[in-house]
Amino acid sequence: MIDWSPLLITFKLAFITTICLIILGIPLAYWLAYTKNKLKAIIETLVSMPLVLPPTVLGFYFLIAFSPQNAFGNWLDTYWGIHLIFSFEGLIIGSIIYSLPFMVHPIQAGFSSVPKNLLEASQLLGKSKFTTLTSVLLPSIKSSLITGIVLSFAHTIGEFGLVLMIGGNIPNKTKVASIAIYEEVESLNYAAANSYSLILFTITFIILLMVYLLNNKSIKNIF
Amino acid sequence: MIHLNIEKNLHTAEGDMNLCIDISIKKGEFTTLYGASGAGKTSILRMITGLLKADKGTITVDGTLWNDVRYKIFRKPGARNLGVVFQDYALFPTMSVRENLEFALNKGQSPVIIDELIQMVALDKLQHRKPDSLSGGQQQRVALARALVKKPSILLLDEPFSAVDLAMRKKLQDYILLLHKRYELTTIMISHDIGEIIKMSDNVYVLEKGVIVKQGTPMAVFTHQNISGKFQFTGEIIKIEKEDIIYVITLLIGNNIVKTVMMPSEIDIFSIGDKVMVVSKAFNPLIQKII
Repeated sequence: MIDWSPLLITFKLAFITTICLIILGIPLAYWLAYTKNKLKAIIETLVSMPLVLPPTVLGFYFLIAFSPQNAFGNWLDTYWGIHLIFSFEGLIIGSIIYSLPFMVHPIQAGFSSVPKNLLEASQLLGKSKFTTLTSVLLPSIKSSLITGIVLSFAHTIGEFGLVLMIGGNIPNKTKVASIAIYEEVESLNYAAANSYSLILFTITFIILLMVYLLNNKSIKNIF
Repeated sequence: MIHLNIEKNLHTAEGDMNLCIDISIKKGEFTTLYGASGAGKTSILRMITGLLKADKGTITVDGTLWNDVRYKIFRKPGARNLGVVFQDYALFPTMSVRENLEFALNKGQSPVIIDELIQMVALDKLQHRKPDSLSGGQQQRVALARALVKKPSILLLDEPFSAVDLAMRKKLQDYILLLHKRYELTTIMISHDIGEIIKMSDNVYVLEKGVIVKQGTPMAVFTHQNISGKFQFTGEIIKIEKEDIIYVITLLIGNNIVKTVMMPSEIDIFSIGDKVMVVSKAFNPLIQKII
């Protein structure tokens, strides 16, 4: 019988990360879609960086930044009592950054695809930007939202390098499924590694298949 | 009373153009802006809405300054209480017909107006349908009704009939005239169709490259040179062929292709692509109703 805790931690991490990303991603995507600010290109680049950087690079810098031996980590520790290294909270923050493009890109593309005259119509009816966002924009980009949510969720499940760097491998705390698999293979316990792998494979396959089936058109528009 | 005295530098496909107009529109009047595309008609409407800002000048409505560039007075588009019908309607695709209208309600406004408008434009049976399941003419009526929910005193229409067929046009024109009278609206419309303008407008402004070149009642503007026994059409020469001792020239007049003959002595000054006027004396024309 396998230890279920790595799987539970993985899904808990993916779930919380996705919730945080919805809250963060919508305003960020909105800003990126409509701003004329010169900083837009820089912010877009930063958001997209996790797509191309090895996760270990991100993990390494998080490790350095959050380490209590450095100014930022020390400040967090002294004034807020927060230890992000080797903790579940640290994993969440790392995952949010790591999966950010998977949430922001589909939503940004969705916003950009909404005809401008719908926004103008809402503006002329005297509606605030917030009402326009919640009543006109978000309902129009439902499929992009679903895509963003599912991709971020699935991507967080698949993390390895970043969680290993930030969270290490603490059972019941930061040991996620991908790390458990690695560990089982290291100790030549192929049967257990296979169980974890198969579960992850099946679940991610089902999640992605659902999105593609539900949402075939919108996904094509994003990539 | 709407008074516009504005200047705006526009970047068009044919280079920069300075839009410079000074017009006054009386309350309750039906006014049309007429002119080639790129003449600045839509920009004028957009400056009335506030979606486009003027470079210079003022916009005054019923004695209130909506925009005075010099003193940085600018009333936000949402606070102008205008009814606007966009060229492609801009209906919210995720809301039903009724929800589109309800969304337009002001906070605390009684929803009675919704049923009234739905009745007026005959949408009762369609009110729970989504806009994309409606025909162009039906969508147009929804857009019209939605524009009037907030009980504006000014209605702006940007080429409202460009996407509907001829039969529907006539019906929609009647709806617009009905609403214009019923709600005592001051209406400003953009249109390319002279027949439609004569039917609907009290007043027409003809724009050319950002400047008003003609103004008056539609009859005075469009027909003063035409009232005679002659027919006049403008067209373009698309083909010139020599046949024996005469020439046959093919003209495109509107959507019709017309062939006519010309003597060799006349042909020299014409070439393919020329814009020409065809004048004919009609002694006993046949006039038939199309639909």
